[in-house]
Amino acid sequence: MFNIRRQGGLTRRFSKVVSYYGLTTPPYKLDALEPYMSRRTVELHWGKHHQDYVDGLNKQLATSPLYGHTLEELIKEAYNNGNPLPEYNNAAQVWNHLFFWESMQPEGGGSPEGGVLQQIEKDFGSFTNFREEFIRSASQLLGSGWVWLVLKRTEKKLAVVHTRNAISPLAFGDIVCLLDPFFKMFNIFSINFAMTSHVLFLQPIISLDLWEHAYYLDYKDDRRSYVTNFIDHVVSWHTVTLRMMRAESFVNLGEPTIPVA
Amino acid sequence: MALRTLASKKTLSLALGGGARPLAAAAAARGVATTVSLPDLPYDFGALEPAISGEIMRLHHQKHHATYVANYNKALEQLDAAVSKGDASAVVQLQGAIKFNGGGHVNHSIFWKNLKPISEGGGEPPHGKLGWAIDEHFGSFEALVKKMNAEGAALQGSGWVWLALDKEAKKLSVETTPNQDPLVTKGASLVPLLGIDVWEHAYYLQYKNVKPDYLNNIWKVMNWKYAGEVYENVLA
Ligand SMILES: [Fe+2]
Ligand SMILES: [Fe+2]
Repeated sequence: MFNIRRQGGLTRRFSKVVSYYGLTTPPYKLDALEPYMSRRTVELHWGKHHQDYVDGLNKQLATSPLYGHTLEELIKEAYNNGNPLPEYNNAAQVWNHLFFWESMQPEGGGSPEGGVLQQIEKDFGSFTNFREEFIRSASQLLGSGWVWLVLKRTEKKLAVVHTRNAISPLAFGDIVCLLDPFFKMFNIFSINFAMTSHVLFLQPIISLDLWEHAYYLDYKDDRRSYVTNFIDHVVSWHTVTLRMMRAESFVNLGEPTIPVA
Repeated sequence: MALRTLASKKTLSLALGGGARPLAAAAAARGVATTVSLPDLPYDFGALEPAISGEIMRLHHQKHHATYVANYNKALEQLDAAVSKGDASAVVQLQGAIKFNGGGHVNHSIFWKNLKPISEGGGEPPHGKLGWAIDEHFGSFEALVKKMNAEGAALQGSGWVWLALDKEAKKLSVETTPNQDPLVTKGASLVPLLGIDVWEHAYYLQYKNVKPDYLNNIWKVMNWKYAGEVYENVLA
């Protein structure tokens, strides 16, 4: 699904200049999301911010014992059960942004169809309720971060959550979370999951960047219009369908991984 | 009634630190949440150019700060209602909004005072006791600037970098706070001498992703006279 994999691993010993992870190009032209997201915003956001996270991560990995993972594994490793290692921020932001670019498409938005729509109606009551909850969750994030549509794999249920700064729900995919104290401590989610301890498998389905750099040039302080336009005009229900089908294929197993030698 | 008084007092002391005692006392006496208002900028929006553009200053003051003020007042009103009704869970739920918006109001009010047009002495390094104290604690003025710039650049997400005075220990330190947390959240005896807003809205229109340039340039309009006066007042 993701094109980012470690690159140039073999050259590591022989050269000081290596690229462990690369920056992938968004799957559309940089002006393709206009007028909802300007070319200038995408240029900077992808070409500078996303690139900086990639460069920063590669720099860290040059001297890190964490070298050699896929990006998804690296995020989980570096999250370190809630005591993030120095690589965590860059690793998660590389992934979050990649996931974000693929969460959008030109002429997106509108309403999903078929199984995705049914699932949304089942879990939120209606598509309108989902849309409102997404917008509300985004407005409740105070500061920088992300809002996500996630699939709670154990319950096969969709939910909207937001996370602070670089935190990616991906990190919660395979670890046991004691929900109440855990989330209070890291102040990650504002929504109330059942306040009991259980294993939480969150599979991200959509991400929306709520750092100010994502919308400031186009919307200034009007985060609400940015979020509304995202959900009404640019979110890719096509990507959502693919991601949900994939997640559901592995719903009871977790995604199989290839062991690192 | 006792609970209402307590809530108002706590709210204000959380957000305002020791700086607004008359206001807090008045609110406590009335037993209701008091309201705050947007302070005037002590200079024109464009007066800090080229270090900070007029457009940034206008949006920052008229939109961002104004929104913190409005939402803080709204949250205080809701708090008053919730406390009156004895709705404990609503009180708890409001704490996030109070801390965020109250902190946003206080932090920005300090920030405007921290800045000064070059023509009025902005950027002139500190003299007197604060100047000496900086040399003593950080080695040199340049070392302090370097330290604050480095901490600002390294701060993940939104937040503030502070030059803090510990009024008990009489020590200077550099602190950071996330989001709109006021400096007192890092220690009850800390007094802000300078705060630098490192939210992206503080520089994005002008500096884009190049946060270090913003941090370098802001020193050209820093109001050290204000910081020096606060320093001397606190230690007097
Ligand atoms: Fe971003
Ligand atoms: Fe600000």
